[in-house]
Amino acid sequence: MKRLLIALFTVIPALAFASSGGVHLDAANNDLTDKESLKRGFDSYVNYCLGCHELQYQRYSRTFEDLGIDIEEGTAKYLLNGQKPGEHIKNAMPAEEAAKWFGSAPPDLTLIARLKPGPDYIYTYLRSFYVDEARPFGVNNTVFKDVGMPHVLQTLQGIRTLDDDGHLTPATGGTMTAEEYDAFARDLANFFEYVGEPNKLERESLGYWVIGFLCILFILSYLLKKEYWRDVH
Amino acid sequence: MLMNLFTSFMGWIDKRLPVTDAWNKHLAQYPAPKNFNFWYFFGSLAMLVLVNQILTGIWLTMNYEPSGDGAFASIEYIMRDVDFGWLLRYMHSTGASAFFIVVYLHMMRGLMYGSYQKPRELLWIFGMLIFLVLMAEAFMGYLLPWGNMSYWGAQVIISLFGAIPIIGDDLTLWIRGDYVISGATLNRFFALHVIALPLVLVILVFLHILALHEVGSNNPDGSDIKKPKGSIKPEELSKFTFHKQYSEKYDIVDAVPFHPYYTVKDIMGVVGFLILFCWVMFFAPEGGGYFMEAPNFEPANGLKTPEHIAPVWYFGPFYTILRIVPDKLLGAIAMFGAIVMLFLLPWFDRGIVKSVRYRSKWHLINLIQFSICFVVLGALGTLPATPVANMIGIVASFGYFGFFIALWFYSKNEKCKPVPERITD
Repeated sequence: MKRLLIALFTVIPALAFASSGGVHLDAANNDLTDKESLKRGFDSYVNYCLGCHELQYQRYSRTFEDLGIDIEEGTAKYLLNGQKPGEHIKNAMPAEEAAKWFGSAPPDLTLIARLKPGPDYIYTYLRSFYVDEARPFGVNNTVFKDVGMPHVLQTLQGIRTLDDDGHLTPATGGTMTAEEYDAFARDLANFFEYVGEPNKLERESLGYWVIGFLCILFILSYLLKKEYWRDVH
Repeated sequence: MLMNLFTSFMGWIDKRLPVTDAWNKHLAQYPAPKNFNFWYFFGSLAMLVLVNQILTGIWLTMNYEPSGDGAFASIEYIMRDVDFGWLLRYMHSTGASAFFIVVYLHMMRGLMYGSYQKPRELLWIFGMLIFLVLMAEAFMGYLLPWGNMSYWGAQVIISLFGAIPIIGDDLTLWIRGDYVISGATLNRFFALHVIALPLVLVILVFLHILALHEVGSNNPDGSDIKKPKGSIKPEELSKFTFHKQYSEKYDIVDAVPFHPYYTVKDIMGVVGFLILFCWVMFFAPEGGGYFMEAPNFEPANGLKTPEHIAPVWYFGPFYTILRIVPDKLLGAIAMFGAIVMLFLLPWFDRGIVKSVRYRSKWHLINLIQFSICFVVLGALGTLPATPVANMIGIVASFGYFGFFIALWFYSKNEKCKPVPERITD
């Protein structure tokens, strides 16, 4: 009976998990401990995304601190309109107007890596725009069908199209090579994973200590129990 | 000197409030059968999780803002700006799922060893009330992060009440306090979640334990540790001292005082549980998207429905029963019926033998099919409703309800093995 129960409890959740389908995502292979990559990602975010997409739950100061950016240098480089480092990362675009321009307001991206299936999604999404004249901005995306935003990074990546089999063609006409653009997308995906949960690394490193402590405590509590129960058996 | 001071202090207290007597009656001299196995950890673990939820809940409340405009942002404030706020939040969210895991296993223990049978019917009823209040507590707590799944999940569940004829629409309006789920709904759910229901929960847990100690703990053999006074030879009596409330009326055999024997054992259980709990909390707090659902990482939006609205996993079994019935009202009746069946379990079972160890093969098969159906129903509840899923759901629902019906029939004249007089160990 025990074996049956164990089999049951392992097989059924596995079936449930297996059913989630969807598009194929390329592995971003990003690394949250790579601060240089996070810095580059943050820099790209500010230059290319912030105009439309806010990080309204994240503060500049926290970002500087976690990424190892000197607060004065960061303030001079990124806070150009007299904002304070303690402020949230916001832009000046009015949401109501933006909804008129784009059909819907560009979403906040603080939690995008947790809302969508992780950094792999962002990495693949940023690389999967293709020309589609039927769309208002002339582009579509294989990961996000009928996406509402233009391909902001087109000057960097260049243009891709869909071939007859529905596969993306290699990009042409961008200022970056394919490898450079992949690295660029990886840094951005890395930054969005970071900003989705800034304490992720702290959480995991604390976890090892806590579980290590509990394992030792478990041995001690087992010995204590055994000692007490000697008079019963 | 210090010890004397303590003794005289306790003497002073005891003359005014029987603290030492209560300690002895419920812990140090409470006779617990000596053969509790793995399944008996989950009662104390449920208490641990309850305490965890209350404590982390208090601290979360200090920084949470119950308003439609501020709720979502205040959660991110807790996650980012409050010192160890992320830890409190994950302890609370992981605790919610852990609560249901331990409670379901605790109930399974009751089913296996017949712990609901006479004279423990009221004990079981209190347990079921706890389960019911816990579901309400979890449901209301799930709205508070004000994520999009919170919003739409609540929408689906509250609309169920609309299926009730005549008063349905007014009732849903009354529950929501608005024509749609809004800040008004959030505020009342917050009040119920942090004050009303926890209070009821704690009182029910207190009654659950009092009722347990009145009738005594069952055990995996189902044989009674309380024998008629004078029926046991003095040398075979338990060598421990038990409170006179128990030992005056009965001869007690095969028992140990709850403290220290089961307190040290439960400490081991607690630490083992915490290893698993912390592993999830520190390394997979989203629980694979089951403990925290992805659409909940964007704020509630009444105009944007998540692709697939799924209740949190622990409501899965009951949600599936609701969904497979095409008629909304009948579906809601079936769902509540599934819980009513659990309440009535002590009267569906007409047998005398408690433990599955000594009951017929039919009972074992029935128990196994019931657990399989329950897990299948739970898994289906988190998946989209496809025709195949609905077919499986119907079969599993028959298994669920069939458990009780079949039990009522075969338990009357069930062929059981002889139950040993004494605990076999």
